[in-house]
Amino acid sequence: MRNGHLFQRDSLTAFALLLPVCLYLAAFIGFPFVMSFIYSISNATIGDPHYSITGLNNFRDMFHDAAFRTSLANTFIFTFVSIALVIVLGHILAELLIRDFPGKWIVRFLLMLPWTAPIALGTIGFLWFMDSVYSPFDWLLRKAGLLGSPGDLLGPMSNLYWLARPGLAMASVILVHVWRLLPLATVILIAGLNAIPREIVEAAQIDGAGYFRRLFHITLPLIFPVIGVTVLFSVFFTFTDMTVVWILTRGGPPPHATQVLASLAFLKSIQGGDLAQGAAISLFFFPVLAGIAAIVLRLVKKAVVI
Amino acid sequence: MLKRILTKGGFYGALSLFVVFSAMPFYIMLITMFKRNHDLLNPNNNPFIFNEPPTLQHLNLLLFQTQYPVFLLNTLLVGLMVVIITVLLSVPAAYSLARLAGDWGGIVGVGIFLTYLVPPTLLFIPLSRIIADLGLQDSLWALVLIYPTFTVPFCTWLLMSFFKSIPRDIEEQALIDGCSRLGAFFRIILPLSVPGIITVIVFAFTLVVNEYIYALAFIQESGSKTVSIGLTTELIRGDVFYWGALMGGALLASIPVAVLYTLFLDRIISGLNMGTGSHS
Repeated sequence: MRNGHLFQRDSLTAFALLLPVCLYLAAFIGFPFVMSFIYSISNATIGDPHYSITGLNNFRDMFHDAAFRTSLANTFIFTFVSIALVIVLGHILAELLIRDFPGKWIVRFLLMLPWTAPIALGTIGFLWFMDSVYSPFDWLLRKAGLLGSPGDLLGPMSNLYWLARPGLAMASVILVHVWRLLPLATVILIAGLNAIPREIVEAAQIDGAGYFRRLFHITLPLIFPVIGVTVLFSVFFTFTDMTVVWILTRGGPPPHATQVLASLAFLKSIQGGDLAQGAAISLFFFPVLAGIAAIVLRLVKKAVVI
Repeated sequence: MLKRILTKGGFYGALSLFVVFSAMPFYIMLITMFKRNHDLLNPNNNPFIFNEPPTLQHLNLLLFQTQYPVFLLNTLLVGLMVVIITVLLSVPAAYSLARLAGDWGGIVGVGIFLTYLVPPTLLFIPLSRIIADLGLQDSLWALVLIYPTFTVPFCTWLLMSFFKSIPRDIEEQALIDGCSRLGAFFRIILPLSVPGIITVIVFAFTLVVNEYIYALAFIQESGSKTVSIGLTTELIRGDVFYWGALMGGALLASIPVAVLYTLFLDRIISGLNMGTGSHS
């Protein structure tokens, strides 16, 4: 009887303590989330507070729009290529950092900078590296004899014009994404490597297994779940990002060589005033995010069971 | 012996490549912010060193002739307000989820975590309308109101695992000694949670400095800009780049945030991992 009473009071307190967060999140995540679905089937614009439901024609217009198709493709290309590179480089870096060496703290600080410093500010540094005239990359290539004179490997022009040529501009965006995500992936992968029992690796070594045999038969299978977590976070941070693209290229070179879904939605809604079209575009994140959410839910459930 | 030296050389060589890759934008910022324009704007000069004596001219421009100090102050103000709101909302919620709520608490907890997965790039369109309806365009209050949407879910989750790690016995002893639930929370749990709360403060603050999309969508007036959008919109005007000042501004704002984040990196990452259930 007493226990029941105590539990009831706790449950009431629990409810009271949770209420503010739940109300806040419902008002500023839940409500706008629902609104973005409603906007996507409406004719809402930024200036006019009135709108009416117009059905699926936003989606029809969208599929007929070449800019949308390019952005969709670019979003997937950026995400997949960046993540593949991040996982491979992150694994190598994690294997290096797992050792102890003098001055490790400063090395770690420098290696973590792309993740710990604000992304917009780090990207500003790359703007200079990829400048059309003063690019330090181009200077290095000219000094190495690869660029700038007739017959050079990369052409006779004095500059590569990183952000002005479609292919190079895409490579530049990917480079900055990889740069940014590498530290996060490395830290997560180090945690995974640390959790591998040393005896297993040593036993394999004694049995004569070489580095790559150990990598593919022991290390990779054992850290597979951690690689999964890394991929999850990387997808989440690249797929929905527009900061890097916006600062480097604004989606250019024209018309939409590096445009992604997020930046196209921004362009249509905030700059073009067409909230409905913008909402329809940004809803394309939804299937991918729902997939991530489903995986996270499974992992959380497993963690609760453990 | 030779093999060992070679492996060691390979190790440091590989490590150096990674360090150069990660730190290069910040190194170029450092050099560029002190370079004379005459030195900087000559494509034949070595961009990685000073070819002419360094100058404070860009720093002078940045600090006294642009709104950079205003951007910094705005960022600091928004950061401070968001941190306060985040702590006030997440600490009670996390405690409730960790200790008081029963079965339904688990569901609410997962629900809160899932809101973290709704990205700003999906929400900024409806939110820009809400901000307009509230009359908060071009106001720092728009950011103060909206930024907790991405700090609160994660911080609640992080604090929840922190509270769970505090042994129940300590608290039960206090309850037996006649403390009320809230009394036990304030006298026993809160002092023990100081490290967790500091982590949350640092994390929320760094997220605020990082945020770009909401600020870009809600704020057009230069006097209300934060440092991330202020630098990229005010110091890049069309084709005119104030390179030295731009680089200096980016570096000066990055370094304190990076140092702060690095100090708490391990705790934040372990929070990230707990969020997805990989306790490794």
